[in-house]
Amino acid sequence: MLIRLAWNSLLSRRATVLLTLFTIALSTALLLGVQQIREQSRQNFMATVAGTDLIVGARSGPVQLLLYSLFHIGSATSNIRWNSHEALAADPRVDWTIPLSLGDSHRGYRVVGTHNSLFRHYRYADQRMLTFAKGGEFNDLFSVVLGAEVARKLGYHIGDPIVIAHGSGNTSFMQHKQMPFSVSGILEPTGTPLDRALLVSLEGLEAVHLGWRAGVPLPGLEVTPEQARQRNLTPREVTAVLVGLKSRLQTFHLQRELNSRRDEPLTAVLPGVALQELWQLVGVAENALLAVSGAALLIGLAGMLAVLLAGMQQRHHEIAVLRALGCAPFRIALLLLLESLLLTLGGILIGTLLLQAGLALLQTPLLERFGLLLSLGTLSPVQWQLCALILLLGLLSGLLPALMAWRMASARRLIRRN
Amino acid sequence: MSPVLRLESLCFAWPGSEPVLQLDRLELKAGEHLFIQGPSGSGKTTLLNLITGLQPGYNGTLDVAGQALAGLSSRALDRLRADHIGLLFQQFNLLPYLNLIDNVCLPCKLSRERRDAATRSGGSVEQEAERLLTRLQLDPALFRQRRVAELSIGQQQRVAAARALIGGPTLIIADEPTSALDAVTRDHFMRLLFEELEQSDSTLLMVSHDPSLAPHFPRQLHLGDTVSC
Repeated sequence: MLIRLAWNSLLSRRATVLLTLFTIALSTALLLGVQQIREQSRQNFMATVAGTDLIVGARSGPVQLLLYSLFHIGSATSNIRWNSHEALAADPRVDWTIPLSLGDSHRGYRVVGTHNSLFRHYRYADQRMLTFAKGGEFNDLFSVVLGAEVARKLGYHIGDPIVIAHGSGNTSFMQHKQMPFSVSGILEPTGTPLDRALLVSLEGLEAVHLGWRAGVPLPGLEVTPEQARQRNLTPREVTAVLVGLKSRLQTFHLQRELNSRRDEPLTAVLPGVALQELWQLVGVAENALLAVSGAALLIGLAGMLAVLLAGMQQRHHEIAVLRALGCAPFRIALLLLLESLLLTLGGILIGTLLLQAGLALLQTPLLERFGLLLSLGTLSPVQWQLCALILLLGLLSGLLPALMAWRMASARRLIRRN
Repeated sequence: MSPVLRLESLCFAWPGSEPVLQLDRLELKAGEHLFIQGPSGSGKTTLLNLITGLQPGYNGTLDVAGQALAGLSSRALDRLRADHIGLLFQQFNLLPYLNLIDNVCLPCKLSRERRDAATRSGGSVEQEAERLLTRLQLDPALFRQRRVAELSIGQQQRVAAARALIGGPTLIIADEPTSALDAVTRDHFMRLLFEELEQSDSTLLMVSHDPSLAPHFPRQLHLGDTVSC
């Protein structure tokens, strides 16, 4: 009976109620949305690499190794000798290796030298494989595979020639002009740093550096592509190696072995642990975002309180009527509490729908433009907790008008005049 | 059978002031309608507040529907009011956001006794509400379509009468119910009210300063000539 009264009473104040509902819905959507971005960017971040058991690089800190090998940020202080990689690949415990060689760039995007093994063994997110939007893996010494963002931003298609630049700056004067690469494949968006990378074969990378010493081409030693194909293109060094093991149980054992090698100083890290460490640095900004949207929610609830309190002035009469009919003061207070509950509940519901609709609309552009993979569907446990918190806050702010109504109801006598 | 209303040497005064109300003896039996007349300030409102249990703190005896009000908790007073008293005010006493039927049914939602009585009499609470509204000559087309705020004052007062009557409360208290109505509407209203009262066992206690209502009532009481207690 109270529900029906509360419902009708709210209906009779449609305009203000709708506005209140809208504010609560918006702030709910904002808060849940920020939480969604927090959770999923963390998830995406953690999903940068999956299925890789160890990342091996020259001796350095785990976070630094992670940054340059997977995120292509900064550069390695030193490299791994090729025969160390060979030895690692030949180790009976090792299932596969993906060598990575960094250092060159193309119009601001990093060029990564690697093997076709990358396309077969690299996994991200929930063990997803890399897939090609167009073309396929390396089929020539001078093949290049483009990340989704590179292809989209720079407008490249299969077969386009690409000249890579020496060094990682945006405008490098040292271009490997004599040996252009040709696009053999374009990857689907992944939400990982690979979207912003150009992948070439290690041998191709070696070829463009023929006749170079200490980062500059030596005069008179220019090599043509045809000559390059005749030479031994086994790389001398790689920057890092991703390692997959036959049995996970071997991970710690091999890691300790690599970290304590005497002949070459190496660092082997578990990607999950290093990602976790790095996230703690990045996560601070996201907490600030959550705080801001929390403030937005409080503003929304304050708006509801204002509407409810303003309404109280016009409800003396209604309360007196209910009193006269024998309605106990606490039930009148309950009625007011019920109204705040209905408002908050409605706001949360609409807010959630709003968020899902927004996500459905923005999912594709967000992934393509920002590499942010947001998935629709059920709320996460933390989001449920946030909903419960909003409901609780709504009820708490409903206590104030309820208390006012209770006091009014307790003090009122019969109405004589309007 | 105990009287519907019984009061003896009832006296009420605000702390530190002269008594505003003094009554030696008054008894109302079931079906006995009483008209209380008196000028402003004669204690009419106070009497109604006392009888409805909304104003505590009096001297003397006051029994409503066989229960002594002095001994009841505020919860029990609310209960008594919901179960046994139908109230009819001057005006503006309907919930503006409900339709006619919902307004009339309201007492039955607050009291099981009146809900049962209304169901016995009309088949269901809503049917009884429709019956009463029809008896009070309201257009059935209005029952669900309109909110009461859109009705004329005369119509609103008839809806309020139906609300006071539903579920056959022991005592109906009407506080200047006709003061906002013109003479023709007023007489029409009174006639309909009495017709319906004859069908039920309810007792009507009406308070007004308007002496022209007096002829409708067999019993009358004048307030104003007070004696000290």
